[in-house]
Amino acid sequence: MRLRKASVLAAPLLALALTATACGGGGGDEGDGDGITIGIKFDQPGIGLRDANSEFSGFDVDVATYIAGELGYEPGQITWEEAPSADRENMLRRGDVDMIVASYSITPERAEQVAFAGPYFLAHQDLLISSDAETPTEESIGDLTLCSVGGSTSAQRMEDEYGANLQNFQTYSECLDGIVGGSLDALTTDDAILAGYAAQDEYAGELTLAGLNLSDEYYGVGLPLDSDRVDAVNEAITRMVDDGSWDRFVEENFGSSGYEPEPAPAIGSAPTTE
Amino acid sequence: MLDFSFLDLDEYDLFGAFWMTVQLTVASAIGSLIWGTVLAAMRVSPVPVMRAFGTLYINIVRNIPLTIVIVACAQVLAFRLEITLGAGPDIDDRNFRLAVLGLVAYTSTFVCEALRSGINTVPVGQAEAARALGLNFTQVLRLVVLPQAYRSVVAPLANVLIALTKNTTVAMAIGVAEAAFLMNEMIENEARPLEIGVLFAAGFILLTLPSGLLLGRLARKLAVKR
Repeated sequence: MRLRKASVLAAPLLALALTATACGGGGGDEGDGDGITIGIKFDQPGIGLRDANSEFSGFDVDVATYIAGELGYEPGQITWEEAPSADRENMLRRGDVDMIVASYSITPERAEQVAFAGPYFLAHQDLLISSDAETPTEESIGDLTLCSVGGSTSAQRMEDEYGANLQNFQTYSECLDGIVGGSLDALTTDDAILAGYAAQDEYAGELTLAGLNLSDEYYGVGLPLDSDRVDAVNEAITRMVDDGSWDRFVEENFGSSGYEPEPAPAIGSAPTTE
Repeated sequence: MLDFSFLDLDEYDLFGAFWMTVQLTVASAIGSLIWGTVLAAMRVSPVPVMRAFGTLYINIVRNIPLTIVIVACAQVLAFRLEITLGAGPDIDDRNFRLAVLGLVAYTSTFVCEALRSGINTVPVGQAEAARALGLNFTQVLRLVVLPQAYRSVVAPLANVLIALTKNTTVAMAIGVAEAAFLMNEMIENEARPLEIGVLFAAGFILLTLPSGLLLGRLARKLAVKR
């Protein structure tokens, strides 16, 4: 507890000291010297993935790198942190990361806990099925055996609204064997995430998107609640869309999967109140 | 600092989730007590093949992380071999049975080792006297050694039970809707990991504390004074 008190005291002092030096440095861009820590997913191909060589790739990684660039940070100054879904709010609150770009859907509940910039992407919940299977309709979902990640918004929607027979696992990858093998009918989550799995080499040609728009998921950039960077990040996103970088990122990350996402959503178009 | 106003018991079936945890615990506890006793009997049996099997089983299963044991139950038994343990097409029912199977396979190794140490506390003269009376191995074990052994291992078995109660959270890995599963769901929806974590930690303490206290008293009452 003593340590806790000391750190509580130290935090504002440190913040004060940092602001003071920033001012002393002649103003200008916030991004000088130290770098920025960004939370991303490490296990979603096409979105945010760390490969065996600790190289990062994916749409969220490209977007985050662009935004950091606009805030004045070189790619070399970025530290990537893994942001598991359940930890995202805490990581921002504790200050472990400066921002989170991790297929983070903007919802009213989350908007009370963290500040959102964006949205920068509009995804829909969809089904990933075996290429040999018949494409299901929204009405036939109730007859399917689906697979998803336990507790996720997509899993809950399937049970509550469609009454589907649902197998929950900890990761999406655990579902794929069952689908290829035939004991499961479909994996369900956001289409952008599914597209990444469909494009993976080991499943090439075996999996395909059903193309059902079951929900609207507006991906936003998560920032600490008291952050003064929301406007700056929003401007960066607008620039990214205007100068064609957004289209390039989409083409690079989703091009090979045949997935064509919606055009970039307007800033502030996500519902943040119930 | 902690704000529990988000908690809506109509939306989140908190008691249902903990009830599932209790069901998992009770079913697995009974199963592991039986299978653990069989394993312990094998390990002290005069038949070398049985002793070898018991030792091998315990040293393998005990050292595999429980998550892998339970995920293997779903991925290998259910998906590859299509063994559903007679659960029919209902996925929730199948997963519950698979989770209990995995928990029993794992927990019984600890029950067995606790019980074996209990058998060691029974003076060797007891078994020798029983054999001199003409009882065979099963009778010696069933009538003389195990009853005394059980009485001396109530406290260690209480530890195993508490560990088992908390280990049931691993069943979340294959989608059994127990307490930890609901916890993840609530964190996803409400974005309040701290409050929700405190809530579920308290729930588990409410489950394990009384069983620990009760079994502790029982252990003192039953212990064979030597």
